[in-house]
Amino acid sequence: MREKEVEKLTIRDVPNKDYFIWGHGACPGCGVAIAVKNIMRILGPETIVYVPASCLVVFGAQYPFSSFDVPYFFSAFENTGAVISGIKAALRRKGKNALVVGLAGDGGTYDIGLQALSGAADRGEDVLYLCLDNEAYMNTGIQMSGATPFGAWTTTSPIGKKIKGKRRFKKDLDHIVAAHDPAYLATLSIAHFNDFVRKVERAKAIAGFRFLHVLTPCVPGWKYESSRTLEIARLAVETGMWTLFESYENESRVTYKPSVMQPVTEYLKLQGRFSNMTEEDVNTLQRWLCMKWWIHYKDQVEAPPCRMFEAERPLAHDGDPLHGV
Amino acid sequence: MVVKVISADHAVAWAVRLAKVEVIPAFPITPQTLIMELLAEFINDGELDAEFIAAESEHSVMSVAIGASVGGVRTFTASSSQGLALMHEMLYVPPQVRLPIVMVNVNRSLGAAAGIWLEHNDSMPERESGWLQCYVEDNQEALDMVLQAYRIAEDERVMLPLMVCLDGFVLSHTVERVEVPGQEEVDYFLPRFRPCVTLDPSEPQLINPIVPPDYAMEMRYQLDRAIDASRRVIAEVDELFGRTFGRRYGGLLQTYKMEDAEYALLSLGTVTTTARAVVDELRSRGEKAGLIKLRFMRPFPEKELKEVTKDLRSLGVFDRSLSMNGFGPVFTEVRGALSSSGIALSDHIGGLGGRDVTLEHIREIYSDIALGKAVQDGANWYGLRRRRK
Repeated sequence: MREKEVEKLTIRDVPNKDYFIWGHGACPGCGVAIAVKNIMRILGPETIVYVPASCLVVFGAQYPFSSFDVPYFFSAFENTGAVISGIKAALRRKGKNALVVGLAGDGGTYDIGLQALSGAADRGEDVLYLCLDNEAYMNTGIQMSGATPFGAWTTTSPIGKKIKGKRRFKKDLDHIVAAHDPAYLATLSIAHFNDFVRKVERAKAIAGFRFLHVLTPCVPGWKYESSRTLEIARLAVETGMWTLFESYENESRVTYKPSVMQPVTEYLKLQGRFSNMTEEDVNTLQRWLCMKWWIHYKDQVEAPPCRMFEAERPLAHDGDPLHGV
Repeated sequence: MVVKVISADHAVAWAVRLAKVEVIPAFPITPQTLIMELLAEFINDGELDAEFIAAESEHSVMSVAIGASVGGVRTFTASSSQGLALMHEMLYVPPQVRLPIVMVNVNRSLGAAAGIWLEHNDSMPERESGWLQCYVEDNQEALDMVLQAYRIAEDERVMLPLMVCLDGFVLSHTVERVEVPGQEEVDYFLPRFRPCVTLDPSEPQLINPIVPPDYAMEMRYQLDRAIDASRRVIAEVDELFGRTFGRRYGGLLQTYKMEDAEYALLSLGTVTTTARAVVDELRSRGEKAGLIKLRFMRPFPEKELKEVTKDLRSLGVFDRSLSMNGFGPVFTEVRGALSSSGIALSDHIGGLGGRDVTLEHIREIYSDIALGKAVQDGANWYGLRRRRK
């Protein structure tokens, strides 16, 4: 598809035919299921899917059932970059031209799968690597990963008497991938759908190593009401917790600019995983976000904070593990 | 056919070239490196039309191989020791997905007490993975066995991965006279690979999803039966190979002077050559000594072994590996197969960590077997700096 055509795409241009069909076992409101369903609609039938160990491997296909209406393969956790390289090599040898896509989680990409991702990116494999980022090991029951944000509760970063939540900031995976000079790199949000469509279409059209990174809110892992998935995904961008940008042809650009920076508390207060953050930790996170905000948007979007916002309501929890405040 | 003076590693590379392998993922590890270096040369010189994928680890090598094989093309790789251990997780995928990948493992010890020298302790633990596993004795057999391996692995009754094991340095870096067959003969012997299942958007298939307990056990059973079915195919392929190239290896095992033997040694790999010389010595003195060369650890030739040992008084097993505080793995298998035979069985450990196995050691082993020194309290060690016996 030509550049100008991609620029004009909107949510209306997404085909109706599903290749990730009904019957899967994801939780209601699952960000991964929403992302994969729409990505598969755009990628279409000439696609081969590899899924490493993740929620998707469990809810997407269990013998003898499958929600993928395209060829599907699974083998292990840490090898997405390598397996899709092998499948693509076989297709080249047979003179076939399907799109080979790896659908990995954040653990399988940021952590255990980073080496194979780096190998595939370094070799410039002609494949599409997708990271479905729900910011923890959700398939094994909400353990901290390299993608887990500062201050978040997980079962391996519990709120203890001495140490409260994760103590390190989210790993900057996109810059690690960018350092490999991929053909295309983009971050996606399921709440900014026109942008989402354009980026998946572009990734489909370009040859070479392509990396898409989607933020996929997780109802049980982030502890929020399942109706609020898109709201939380949108707030992630508006508060600077997630930035929408793309990088190709030696150029990197932000593809969506919030009109004004929202205080991070707007994002945190909807999610139970942040409900025990101290005021000091919220300030630490906000300062880090302000620095990131400046790096991403420079002075193009006004960032009044960096002096701290006053929270409208104190951060407290109602006792229901599925609820934020 | 041309005659070359080459190492076993190079003999393997020639076999891979003749087999017209299409995808070769690789990671360097001693003493496997010569195989991949020569294959890279073949490809870059335009003599082999294949893809060489320099992966970033052996774990990824096996993952790329799995991807290529499930994509439907003939795939080769090679490894050794620590590299094979790093692949361990991925080794369990090709058997159950029924991918006929051929891999050469150049045997080498695993650290700690690290070293690059010969031992079978890297490949022996992988006999649980579902791979067929074969051990070769010389450079010619290394070349021939890789050709046979594809024919066996890709047979529709089998469809299993096959690991050809060869002794590090003793073969991998030692040059011998090797007959390299012509392409036409090989093309006749080895038809094009036709995958049974493959990833193709025109016919979407679900390959290797999560399998719940309702089905998984049947899949294990099918794999076990396929390994068993390979016994027959291995014998047939050896026959066909003999008719095509004039060399036969006996399939699962090969015997030497076993017709009237009263006692014998069972060995695998290069030690067999040394043992053959000792058998000749003993025979010239009128001793009724024999030799069994075990070629396959999987499938394990239980029936064949019972048949060839039925008149023996005692049988010794040479193990170049050890199950710590137990016996050698070959001995354990043999004892399992011959448990009701009444033959005095003994385990003889040697050559660990690259220690040389000499004629003197083998003579000593044969004399111990002849005396019927059945092991009561563990294995006998040979070549130790301080003898424990």
